[in-house]
Amino acid sequence: MRRRLFRNLVSAAVTEPLAAESPESIGTELRGIIGRTLGRSVAIRQVDAGSCNGCELEIHALNSAYYDLERFGIRFVASPRHADLLLVTGPVTHNMREALVRTLAATPTPRWVVAAGDCAAGCGVFAGSYACAGAVSAVIPVDLVIRGCPPPPVELLRGLVALLGRPGERRSR
Amino acid sequence: MLQDLLAGHPVAETQRGWPRVNVDAATWQAIGTQLHAGRLDLLAEWGDEGAVHCALYEPESRCVRLASIAVEAGQVPSLAQFHRPALRLERALADLYGHELAGLPDRRPWLDHGTWPLVAPLAAASGVRESAAPAYRFLDAEGPGLHQIPVGPVHAGIIEPGHFRFTVCGETVVRLEQRLGYVHRGIERLLRGSGIEAGARLIARVSGDSTVACSYAFARAVELALGCNPPPRAQWLRAVMAELERIANHLGDIGAICNDASFSMMHAECGILREETLRAAATAFGHRLMMDTVVPGGTAVDLGDGGRQAIQALLQRLRRQFPELIELYANTDSLQDRVVGTGVTAPALVAEFAPGGFIGRAAGRAFDAREALAYAPYDVLPVRVALRQAGDVDARVGIRIDEVRNSIDWLGAALRQLPDGPHRLPLAPPAMDRVEATAMVEGFRGDLLVHVRLDRALRIERCHLRDPSWFQWPLLEAAIEGNIVADFPLCNKSFNCSYSGHDL
Repeated sequence: MRRRLFRNLVSAAVTEPLAAESPESIGTELRGIIGRTLGRSVAIRQVDAGSCNGCELEIHALNSAYYDLERFGIRFVASPRHADLLLVTGPVTHNMREALVRTLAATPTPRWVVAAGDCAAGCGVFAGSYACAGAVSAVIPVDLVIRGCPPPPVELLRGLVALLGRPGERRSR
Repeated sequence: MLQDLLAGHPVAETQRGWPRVNVDAATWQAIGTQLHAGRLDLLAEWGDEGAVHCALYEPESRCVRLASIAVEAGQVPSLAQFHRPALRLERALADLYGHELAGLPDRRPWLDHGTWPLVAPLAAASGVRESAAPAYRFLDAEGPGLHQIPVGPVHAGIIEPGHFRFTVCGETVVRLEQRLGYVHRGIERLLRGSGIEAGARLIARVSGDSTVACSYAFARAVELALGCNPPPRAQWLRAVMAELERIANHLGDIGAICNDASFSMMHAECGILREETLRAAATAFGHRLMMDTVVPGGTAVDLGDGGRQAIQALLQRLRRQFPELIELYANTDSLQDRVVGTGVTAPALVAEFAPGGFIGRAAGRAFDAREALAYAPYDVLPVRVALRQAGDVDARVGIRIDEVRNSIDWLGAALRQLPDGPHRLPLAPPAMDRVEATAMVEGFRGDLLVHVRLDRALRIERCHLRDPSWFQWPLLEAAIEGNIVADFPLCNKSFNCSYSGHDL
């Protein structure tokens, strides 16, 4: 283990080189926005409201060394009570509806809700099912929609930039 | 024995591949007795209009058969009264079809939480829900010093929703009861009446981590029903995708299990290799998770030179990096202390529930659909079956490690002998009014079964997908008993059952 730790210490990071649309540059932009508007950090509580777990896999990837979301001041938290932002996936199933509403109620204001993935955006292939209550916006107010099936990690980052960088978007809501 | 048991009963003429036999109540109960005696494994049980079907496997002869029983006066005899693994399957089919399972030991609803606007949503005569459902009653656990910890459906991580009700004594878990169904999206009803293309898109979204395996099983069932032979190149490409999916998921799991034992370095290292696997998949097949790439008739995309090189480069990198990580896993005492002897699955329960994948193979059940059923191309290029005995978290990690290695070798060999030619054929409508077939595929999590029935216009009449998790979730309840609460995440991750695949 020591050998590996040492090698990791002296070798370059796996993080992508700085390019126009790389996670690094998007993240740096995001960090600037977060610093200005939020006082350095954003805490995200992820809620699966009926997803096939594809979106979860890509959200997980944001935490991998390639994207390393935490260096931009964004981290995932275990409780909605610690969260600034709910990241909701899936068509909201009837069986998850109450849990989602209660999770929102447990999230302190000011807060944002982001609907991630085609299902969260508009029910996706599950539209019209007896078991689905609808898109996230049919159940709770949504501030931003990130499309994709599932949205790749870079798209998720870009979405967060779009939300937090909106003119007038401050912790005042 | 299985063939003798079903002999003399009428065989369904619409079914291709493994025969489906219409049996009477006495034979249905005899099936239950044989399941109970351990001579048969239950592969699936699902409802239909006026009938209930089951799929059976006889390990001794490696024989698969399907049996159906007609619903009479709204009733069929329960298999769960003989064989516990059928219990949740029957509770689910009772929810969806409204059939009464005579003798069913547990009549609480399973998928139906009382929130749908309909009752018995899959039945032809599904009704509008009029009264609120009574509160769900968890099993009793009483005694001095016991208390309960309710967890979920929203969990403290980026995970799917489900409810766990722990009864604990001090630090020790005395009972775990699961409640699932939160991610029920009504897929089986959406599939009904849909065309094959729309159906394939739904099936690809049953469980995102197994999207290739689900699509693969669906494609094989549809092709079998239609008597369509997919081109050889497609058969190999699908297996290449399935093995990439297996590697990506196993890498993610190995890292996440270690992370739940607070060894985050493995998580970081495995996360890098997983990301590289997804990127190679995106280069080769145009989608990181390879969603919608396997379709009935072949594959939606072909593998170009760039894609082949990306996979080869990935294999080379894995061959170099992976052994070092395994050494790290095996030689870190603090990690070994957490995983060895934790969350043991009892041999008797493994024999009874016949769980697929790493859960069965970590506890001595040598079933791998790629080998036992030898579907193409694994009939030409066999895969080594990993097998361990201990049944603990360490053995489940060990099986994943073995399988990553085996898949790396298999992919290397497959890319060398990938046949040329077309990768997709058009589907022709059947000559009969309806056709049906059943197929099984080994996903990363275990064997998946799909049964599909099509009409003359190539519309889906009935499609059922049985995720491996159905027979794995109940074992988690048993494996956690006597472990400390703090080891639950570790045990749970080592099982990594699918919520969405189970809930449909």
